[in-house]
Amino acid sequence: MSVKLTEEMLTALPDARGHFGAFGGRFVSETLMDSLMTLEREYLRLKKDPEFQATFDKDLADYVGRPSPLYFAERLTRETGGAQIWLKREDLNHTGAHKVNNTIGQALLASFLGKKRIIAETGAGQHGVATATVCARLGLECHVFMGAEDVQRQSLNVYRMKLLGAQVHSVQSGSRTLKDAMNDAMRDWVTNVDDTFYIIGTVAGPHPYPLLVRDFQSVIGRETRSQSLEKTGKLPDALVACVGGGSNAIGMFYPFLTDESVQLYGVEAGGLGIETGQHAAPLCAGRPGVLHGNRTYLMEDDDGQIAATHSVSAGLDYPGVGPEHSWLKDIGRANYVSVTDDEALDAFRMLTLVEGIMPALETAHAVAYAVKLAATMDKDQMVVINISGRGDKDIHTIAQLDGIEL
Amino acid sequence: MSRIEGVLQTLKGQGRKALIPFITAGDPHPDETVGLMHTMVDAGVNIIELGVPFSDPMADGPVIQLACERALKHSTSLRRVLAIVREFRQTNDTTPVVLMGYLNPIEAMGYEAFADAAAEAGVDGVLTVDLPPEEAGDVAPLFAERGLDSIFLLAPTTTDERIRAIADHSSGYVYYVSFNGVTGAAKINVEEVAAKVAHVHELTALPVAVGFGIRDAETAAAVGRVSDGVIVGSVLVDTIARNQADIEELKRALTDLLNPMREALDSLAS
Repeated sequence: MSVKLTEEMLTALPDARGHFGAFGGRFVSETLMDSLMTLEREYLRLKKDPEFQATFDKDLADYVGRPSPLYFAERLTRETGGAQIWLKREDLNHTGAHKVNNTIGQALLASFLGKKRIIAETGAGQHGVATATVCARLGLECHVFMGAEDVQRQSLNVYRMKLLGAQVHSVQSGSRTLKDAMNDAMRDWVTNVDDTFYIIGTVAGPHPYPLLVRDFQSVIGRETRSQSLEKTGKLPDALVACVGGGSNAIGMFYPFLTDESVQLYGVEAGGLGIETGQHAAPLCAGRPGVLHGNRTYLMEDDDGQIAATHSVSAGLDYPGVGPEHSWLKDIGRANYVSVTDDEALDAFRMLTLVEGIMPALETAHAVAYAVKLAATMDKDQMVVINISGRGDKDIHTIAQLDGIEL
Repeated sequence: MSRIEGVLQTLKGQGRKALIPFITAGDPHPDETVGLMHTMVDAGVNIIELGVPFSDPMADGPVIQLACERALKHSTSLRRVLAIVREFRQTNDTTPVVLMGYLNPIEAMGYEAFADAAAEAGVDGVLTVDLPPEEAGDVAPLFAERGLDSIFLLAPTTTDERIRAIADHSSGYVYYVSFNGVTGAAKINVEEVAAKVAHVHELTALPVAVGFGIRDAETAAAVGRVSDGVIVGSVLVDTIARNQADIEELKRALTDLLNPMREALDSLAS
């Protein structure tokens, strides 16, 4: 079933309690409720404040380097032999990924709220780096929580964060990946709620985070929309983005939700294959539940315990997903699919060799699916892939798989 | 009148305070939990808060996180916890049992199925850490219909407006979290707690139990002086962790911890 979305429907969501249909909400312990309500109130006020918006836009232009280009991947298109493939180059942003769009916005919010201490969770380290970066610029104390396994597989980003003056806390509990980093960030927040601002890196978490992260990331889709009209005279036929928590995907999709002709594809981490259970694809293979402050699709066992996930990409290795994606899935507006570790690794090599663009392993999932999709489409059609981040951080992982010691 | 209300009213009539221990069900092993519950009753506790293990206990410190891991290693599911309560009720139908945990295991079981099974097993109240009253609209009426008390948290950050609203949704008692932090942190400030609890008493007629940071007879007495009951968790769970290899020794250790708290609280009786 697919529902025709209108502007009125979209502006009504999330509702006053942060719900997107059956999803979202604010499922946290009481200690955090007042802080979340204050954040919501202040954000809704600042969202309409021209000074706040002007500062945000100026930072995106002069510090991040926006707009990021929409690039026609001519050779990849030729090799694929189907629809035109275009790349939205978020990898060219300062710090190398889309994550900085959101950290600029949230750090600005923190400054307006007078909070001097910043905490963040990170998986691949891109959000941690983007947070450490804006904290360095604004002179804010920065603590990043990162699962011990991710600290190991993303050591380059760990060192970058340290160079930027952040303290990186290696999280030893649970599966020692992104979900555990988020648990510990929540524990720190509840302890230091009076002076601390939590910069969540994705469109998950308690209301208002899914709302404000989506708003800050929507610059990706707005630019893509106008660049597409300007360069090709029409809207794309399909948008493809990878989905872990789903911030780059929602940022790309949101400005196109009412454009019925534009197909939306969110690509989850299929890991070793959905059928093996070793994956991180809650929208493809999970069911609704409550974790980290929101109701959304989750990977869990029959008893409601959160399941261990697997992905070659640390940034997608998460058992939940943003609640707005869960809603878009249930109303049939977006399609959620998965590709395996191996397909993503092949796509990493392909884009690197064919276009000279080395994508992050997270992004490589979107590339892998988009190439398959484009091959089934007509030559006059157009697919845009959100190149959410660059792959420098993953070189050690790739080299290890190749049996090479750097 | 619910079993919780009855116990708290009787204590109040006697000028006494409730001693409320928290342990995680299934820790160190689900077969031992009923025995530990009886041991605590023998040591003079009034209400038992039984933790439902969860893989991602975000509001808990390391002590209770590890207890969850130990319990989950032995597959202590929510259904198993309910079976534990049912077994406890075979020989004790006076001590109220409150299940304390996170929402997702209850969601996975289904609200109605859980409410039915909890009432049938002899559970008296439910405290879901990550379920504020705003999100409890679908589940609280199911509890009320079956005579289960809904217990909610109050925190130092809770505004007066919210204290009133939360109290309106609560029954049995309200749980005041003594400081901003996770369970097991040692940063309780008794004067601050006293001032805040006195203020909560002005806003609601419900009994107020205080938890987080109560580690010994001294803090129990200090907090008991200003509240209707004290909740003791991490120090008991830590004792379980240290004595998990020898259950008889563990029972003695729990008794040795709880006895002085009971005496200290009763010495407040006027």
